[in-house]
Parts: sequence; structure tokens; C-alpha cells
Amino acid sequence: MLDFPPFLIFYLAAMLTLVVRSGMARAAIMLVAPFIGAYNLWTMAGTGTVLSMDIAGMELIIFREDKLSLLFGYLFHIAALIAITYSLHVKDRLQQVSSLLYAGSALGAVFAGDLVTLFVFWEMLALTSVFLIWARRTNSAYHSGMRYLLIQILSGLLLLMGIIIYGYQRGSLNFEYIGLDGLSSWLIFLAFGIKCAFPLAHNWLTDAYPESTPTGTVFLSAFTTKVAIYALARAFPGTELLVYIGAAMTCFPIFYAVIENDLRRVLAYSLINQLGFMVVGIGIGTSLAINGAVAHAFNDVIFKGLLFMSMGAVLHVTGRINGSDLGGLYKTMPKTTILCIVGAASISAFPLFSGFVSKSMVMTAAIYNDYPFIWLMLLFASAGVFHHAGIKIPYFAFFAHDSGIRAKEPPTNMLIAMTIAAALCVGIGTYPAALYQLLPFEVSYTAYDATHVLAQLQLLFFSALAFVWLNLRGMYPPELRSTNLDFEWVYRRLAPCGWGFLNSVYATIRDRIEMMIADLVAMLLPTAEKLFSTNGLLSRQVAIGNMVIACLLIFLLLLWL
Amino acid sequence: MNSDNPGFFDKPENIKRVLRVFYVICALLVALDFFIHRHTYHPLEELYAFYPVYGFVGCVVLVLIAKWMRTFLMRDEDYYENLQPPPEATKTAEENH
Repeated sequence: MLDFPPFLIFYLAAMLTLVVRSGMARAAIMLVAPFIGAYNLWTMAGTGTVLSMDIAGMELIIFREDKLSLLFGYLFHIAALIAITYSLHVKDRLQQVSSLLYAGSALGAVFAGDLVTLFVFWEMLALTSVFLIWARRTNSAYHSGMRYLLIQILSGLLLLMGIIIYGYQRGSLNFEYIGLDGLSSWLIFLAFGIKCAFPLAHNWLTDAYPESTPTGTVFLSAFTTKVAIYALARAFPGTELLVYIGAAMTCFPIFYAVIENDLRRVLAYSLINQLGFMVVGIGIGTSLAINGAVAHAFNDVIFKGLLFMSMGAVLHVTGRINGSDLGGLYKTMPKTTILCIVGAASISAFPLFSGFVSKSMVMTAAIYNDYPFIWLMLLFASAGVFHHAGIKIPYFAFFAHDSGIRAKEPPTNMLIAMTIAAALCVGIGTYPAALYQLLPFEVSYTAYDATHVLAQLQLLFFSALAFVWLNLRGMYPPELRSTNLDFEWVYRRLAPCGWGFLNSVYATIRDRIEMMIADLVAMLLPTAEKLFSTNGLLSRQVAIGNMVIACLLIFLLLLWL
Repeated sequence: MNSDNPGFFDKPENIKRVLRVFYVICALLVALDFFIHRHTYHPLEELYAFYPVYGFVGCVVLVLIAKWMRTFLMRDEDYYENLQPPPEATKTAEENH
């Protein structure tokens, strides 16, 4: 029995990585950390262990386990192991340390038993992950990281305000069901929503993730948004508003994904789309729906990680990631191609792949609980996700027109990491019971019956047929070097331009006033000169007697009035 | 692998073959609707070939709308970068503070 809080193992590993000089030793520390962490968690699972810390008279619960937090706990260990394996060739200490701290912070957040602990790790997630974006060391990554950090900190501040009011009103800071009721819960809800990339608060994700390093994005895609899903599942299950927010999240990003050129940005949009399915599940709130939501979070971390890894590999070996620059890579990168296709099949929810066994739970819950329009939206989004993530990603990177690039396969550690993820995708897809037994509620759901399988296959094959037909007719939009305007336009263009405009208006007004004053002075100057000149009215010598008479006259005048 | 060898998909007849297999599978999937009785929860599902039609039409609509969105959302690749000061400028600005 170790009985360490899970985050501590990763934090200690990060400290060691910071001081150890030998590259091999650092790699070994990073690889061992998830194993020790997983063993530690496994020994504590189901024992009802609660670890708390006394800080300044306040008791902080830094470890509290139940099935929900354990599922995310295991998931984050698996994700950390995969991402660390994928980044073993990276010698950059900044990335190594921050990725371990980042993974640890995610674990700290899911095992937090009170809101103050949650807040601390909520902010640590932001502070540690931004270095993975800055580690790209480009100008645009620097600016993108700044925007990312600002928005994440905003989420933290909203959370803090919410927590203060919540604690004051309810007299308890335990992190449990909150529900939308009153100002404090709305503030907390918004804070979660920002990290969960709710519509209009989603652009930090599509902005920053594609700017990170090939390996950094794999870490990023695993933790922040899934912590937000966990927090929503814990605090706001059954909040109907989430059903509509989630449905919007499944649908609008797929339009952007179709016309986006940067293939990692396509994946970022599709990440929002997948989060949408989870948010809908949490909003419906029945045991089937919650199970579906968290199971989908579990699968999404792995298959989205796999897709980000395959695109990271392409970026790593070719230095390019735009669909317009790539194509024909299957000839020289067959392994990466196949691994990418496994990820694509999983995200598209093909039967026998992991997405199928979890996404269908949310869809079924939507129709059971009488949300027919939501169900139709999810169905549309399912077809759409196959279209842009399932077909577009592998097609434009590895097939399409031959770009002439003859890149080699990526380093072995990248291939191993992708193989682990692909094996999990197929493993969970063919043997879902392994995942189902980890879910928070009893599962009485069978993914593999003729109804589900046939319906899903029909949907997917005819989505593919639409792609083929549009391509043959030449109607498919070509990949173009471009930027597509999204909500971020408001703060990346409108606000700076608006600020610039206000500044110029202010400058103009200031100049005008200055000129008017100068004119006035110039106009009055001759008169003043005249009055104060040697014989002027105001500088003449007057006898005191005259002055006294003048004063008396004024005095009488005032009295009379 | 010799990179000068034409790949499998460089030969048009291979693509045709793959597509033919694909069309046959599509046709079979629709045909299966006759033989497999599905449990349905929504009246729409009972419509014959609902899922294939929805998938096909949905995707075509998706792509056409996305294409139309390009007409008013698409800007140059460096649209936002025009506003960002180059790294040197940022540095001097920081030094001045």
C-alpha cells in the first residue's frame, strides 16, 4: 500500500526530471511514473480511502474515490503513458517537466474532494499546459499560448468567485452535485463550460492546440477538456440546458472541420464535436446517458489521442500539416497510415471499434428520453464526424493527390505509442465489457445487436458514398490555404481594431481640443498684450482716491441690489 | 519501399475496383433492411432506408453548407498575423516596460 495522492507521484517525477541530467534517466523516470501511479491507484481503489491535508486551518480533501473519479483516474494514467511514450524522443526539459505536472494536475482535479482543491488543480492545469504550447517556440505559438492562458485563467477566476459565494451560501465546500440554482452555481457552470469548450467559449481550443508541438498536442487533447467533462458529470448531471448546449457542440464544429486546412485544427474542431456527445449524455442524466458520456470520454481520449499522434507524426517527419501540402504519404508511411485509419474508424464509431460502444449509448439515451430532435442532430453529427475526421484526415494526409513528399516512418517510440492506442481502440470495441465494468452505474446495455450495427453501418457507408460522389463530381471543396473566421474574430480582430479605433478617436479629439486652446490663446494674446502694455488699461497708475470712489460706488450698487 | 514504384492508388483501375466493391457493400446494406427486423424507438426509423438516406443527404448538405460558408468566412492564411507584432517588436516593448 502506497497511499499517495495520485497527483503527487507525477509532481515528484516532474521534480526529478527537472534535476536529473542524464537524458536516459529522465526518460526512465517519465516512463515509470504512470506505472507507479496506476499501481498506487489500484491499491487504493474501492477501499474508501480519503486523504486530506490541513492548510491554514482549512481541511482540504486531496483524494476521494468513487467509480466516477476512478474511471477518469485510470484513463489519465493510460493517456499519460501513451503520450509519454510518444514523446520519448523529445529532449526538451521544458516539455518533459510541464507535461508531467500537467498530467498530475489533471489527476489532482478528478480526485479533489472539495472545491478549493479543485480550484487549485484547475489553475495548475492552465499554468502547466501553456508551456506545451509555448514549447513550439514560434511567434504564433507565443501569442496563441497567451490567449489560451488568459481564457483558462478567466475560467479559474469565475470558478473562484462561484466557490466563494457557494461556500458562503451553503456552508459546505464539498465537491458534489451542485445543479443550476442561483448565482454561485451559474459561475461554476460557466467556469466548467469554458474549459469544456462550450459554443462561443470554444476558440481557445481550436486556436492553441494546433499551435503546440507535435507531442504537446497529444497531452493537451487528453486532459483539460476531460477534467471539465468529469466536473460537469459530478456537479451538473441531468441539467437539461446541457442537452441543448451539447447538441450545438456536436453540430457546428463539423462545418468548420470540412473547410479547415490545418489537419490538427480539423481534429481540434472534431474534439469539440465529440465533447458535445458527452455533454448531451450528462444533460440527459439517466444512468445509461451518464455511463455513455463517461465511456465516450474514456474512448475519446484514446482515439483522439491516436489521431493527434498520427498527425503529429506527419508534422514531425514532413514539417507540414496543411491538407493542401500533403497527400500520397501511404506509400512511404504505411504503418502510420494504418494506425491513423484505426483512429478514424474508432472516432467514426464503426462497429468493432471503440467509439461505437460508447457513442451509441448516448444516442440511445437521447431517443429513450424523448429528445427526437436532439437525436436527429446527433445522428447528423455522427455522419458528419465520419466525413471530416474519419475520411478527410486519412484521405488528405495519406492519399488524395501525390504531394511528392517521400517521408519515412516516424521514430519507433511514436509508432509504439500509436500501436498501444490502436490496440485499446480495437480491444474496447470488440470487448466492451472491460470498459463497461468500470462505469459509474450498472450496465444493462448491449452495443452489438443487429439493430445498432446495421443502422450504424448504413449511416456510415452512405456518408462515405456522399464523399465519393461529391469527389467524383468535383463538388468537394478543395483544401485551401486560408483562415476561417470563427467567434475568436471578436477578440482577435474586432477588439484590437475597436481598441485601435477608440484610441485614434481619442487622439483626434485630444488634438482638436489642443488646437482650439492654442487658437484661443493666439486670439486673446494681442488683446492681453494691449491691456498689460506700459499704458494699457490694466497696468496704468491710478490715484488711490479714484480707487476708493470706485470701490464705494460698487459697494452702494451691491447694497441697492 | 522503393518510392519510385507507383503506389496502389496510382492506377485508376485499382481505384475503380475498390469503388466497385464499395458500391456493392452499400447496395447490400440497403437490401439487408428487407431481411433484418430492427427494433425501432422512433417512427422515422421505420421508414425504409432511413439511415442510408439520412447519412447521404446529411453529408451532402453538410459539405454544401460548409462550401457556402467559405464565401463569407474565408480570409488569407495570415489574416490574424497582420495584427501581431513581430518577435523583435514584442521584445523591445517588453524591455521598455
